[in-house]
Amino acid sequence: MTTITFIKPDGERVDVEATNGATVMEVAKDHDMPMLAACGGSLACATCHVVVDESWFEKSGELCEAEEDLLDSAHGLTNTSRLCCQMKVSDELNGMAMTLPPME
Amino acid sequence: MSEIYTTDVAIIGAGPIGLFSVFQCGMLKMSCHVIDALPATGGQCSALYPEKPLFDIPAAPNINAVDLIARLEKQIEPFKPAIHLNQQVTELEKIGEYWHLSTSRGLKIRARAIIIAAGAGAFGPNKPPLDNIDRFEGQSVHYMVQRREDFRDQRIVIAGGGDSAVDWALSLAGVAAEVYVIHRRDRFRAIPESVAQMKALADAGKIELVIPYQLASLEGEDDQLQAVIVKTLGGEERRIEADHLLSFFGLASKLGPINDWGLDILNGVINVEPTTCATNVEGIFAVGDIANYPHKLKLILSGFSEAAQAAHAAYRIVNPGQALNFEHSTTSGVPALEPA
Repeated sequence: MTTITFIKPDGERVDVEATNGATVMEVAKDHDMPMLAACGGSLACATCHVVVDESWFEKSGELCEAEEDLLDSAHGLTNTSRLCCQMKVSDELNGMAMTLPPME
Repeated sequence: MSEIYTTDVAIIGAGPIGLFSVFQCGMLKMSCHVIDALPATGGQCSALYPEKPLFDIPAAPNINAVDLIARLEKQIEPFKPAIHLNQQVTELEKIGEYWHLSTSRGLKIRARAIIIAAGAGAFGPNKPPLDNIDRFEGQSVHYMVQRREDFRDQRIVIAGGGDSAVDWALSLAGVAAEVYVIHRRDRFRAIPESVAQMKALADAGKIELVIPYQLASLEGEDDQLQAVIVKTLGGEERRIEADHLLSFFGLASKLGPINDWGLDILNGVINVEPTTCATNVEGIFAVGDIANYPHKLKLILSGFSEAAQAAHAAYRIVNPGQALNFEHSTTSGVPALEPA
């Protein structure tokens, strides 16, 4: 099991146990995090945008071109913005934290 | 616009599941009106991925999203549903035995039951979350352009990195006094020739590409914009004096008024009883992506099944006390197709 920390828009930190191989978006939805993830992980929207803690960004993996393109339609981007449907949980990510932007 | 339509079931959303709900209701001899915010039927299938093939529709091994919608429309044709596009349901209220529903265009419908098949919500412009943006909308902030001439001799800021941003930068370069294109990175998602033309215009000093910047805030008086403040990721700020902002970040869906109907909603989906798709409000059903229950699969396949569950449950509300004879379509045929 891998522990992932979600920081909600109101600042609350929630540690969750995540199964390796799941996407971070799936983990967030399973734990009722405030996130739309409208397209369900098919790389057709940007509503699972998260801001990964800087120290974890490199480990979060490479962004593919489609993810970069979709981030164009997200708001409040940072240097460590990701679509969390494109991050897979693994031992490598144990302890990773990320902030969820406000919905809408 | 004072006419009030009366129908058995009002269906909110004309995506694949909304359309198939017409079929399921029709087989039970219930009439339907369908309302959708988009100018065309198909919902996400038409708006987000029209050309993408689907491989998990039973008996259709490989079908484009637009073709799926065309076939569904053909399938429901016998039931002659009234489909009202380009308008959002803004109000829903129970008066006596009827739900009274009004749309953003003033259309009024009364129905015995409601089926919400609204996907992730109504599509509208993906608005940047700037504090006072609403104030300027219509006057100096625009999500689409109707008439190029409206921008003659004006100072224009265009935000976005897709086709709309690039196309309007090209088009307005010859009309507007100044054109600035704000984008977060150097790469644009548009036809390469258009991007090349835009970059040539920038090199010639006809327009300015403001890269890598994002919108930060707006300044102005009443509804008249005066300046757009943009920022780099490093926090470097720049103030661009402008009369208009054209914001092109594509479409986004929002539940909007659905939030106000007393439904049990969590994170953008409506909790339903999965065997009937009934919501916590009697007479309102939810199907497709917007309906949620344990282990829900957001598949078109599941939505079709939910449409059938909801139609059968709605029958009891539309026709109280009447027997519902369960029939297969092989036996019943399509009722509306039978000779009168």
